[in-house]
Amino acid sequence: MIFLTRRATFSASHYYWNEAWPPKKNEEVFGRCANRNGHGHNYTLEVTVAGEPDPVTGFVVDLKWLKDVMEQEVLAAFDHRHLNLEVEEFGPGKLIPTTENIAIVAWKRLEPAIRKAAGAQLSRVRVYETPEIFAEYRGGR
Amino acid sequence: MSGLATSAAKAYFGRRYMLCASHRLHADALTVEENRAAYGKCNNPHGHGHNYVIEVLVGGPVDGETGMVMNLVDLDRVVNEQVVERFDHRNLNLDPAFESKVPTTENFSLVLAAILRDALPGGSLEHVRIEETENNFFECYDA
Repeated sequence: MIFLTRRATFSASHYYWNEAWPPKKNEEVFGRCANRNGHGHNYTLEVTVAGEPDPVTGFVVDLKWLKDVMEQEVLAAFDHRHLNLEVEEFGPGKLIPTTENIAIVAWKRLEPAIRKAAGAQLSRVRVYETPEIFAEYRGGR
Repeated sequence: MSGLATSAAKAYFGRRYMLCASHRLHADALTVEENRAAYGKCNNPHGHGHNYVIEVLVGGPVDGETGMVMNLVDLDRVVNEQVVERFDHRNLNLDPAFESKVPTTENFSLVLAAILRDALPGGSLEHVRIEETENNFFECYDA
């Protein structure tokens, strides 16, 4: 089994806010991330697929194809957007766009497209919010 | 949270910290020549130092209220109090953890994994990865 990883970057803004909590609790739990005017990051998205190299091409998947899938399923929706306001999975009453939830949402967007491709499966999605902070999701495993 | 319920799903949160420390690789059980052969420059008598990058990965369900595996503030507090304050700008050989253990980065990762396993909420530690230089790294997975 080979694990193949492709990296891409996107820039987006967000804030952390739980509508069910009073403002004071949001500020206590989320600190500066609760500023309702939002703030932004240069995110790095790492997508790892697992499979065996094709005997003819030697590829687990075609990296150009993986790049296009990442672009269509994730970057087109996230890049240069306000995650709370412009991405359907996030926002009031939905998920808070923490790094953890961004990784989970990216997985859910990527997994059906990658499953359709013969011979490879999505193994891991890792999202760096800064070089020092990242979250990863392995499909709940 | 409505819509995507993710509270049961396991996710992982990682954070990188830096600490600067010195060490000397020397095993008392080996002769001078054997130490030299095993450790090379790392056996030089007065030690040397590194900027260690400590990557801590925790795993668990994503809290439905916060969207977090663990609040970064809580993780920072534990790692800073238990690891950074103890080892930063110190000589690893003089720490009690290395009284009878050579402070290789393999052993350092085992020591940090044991410290963090005890200090973090039960079962949340997934791995400790230490980058000794840009080209060397060591990982200890919490079984």
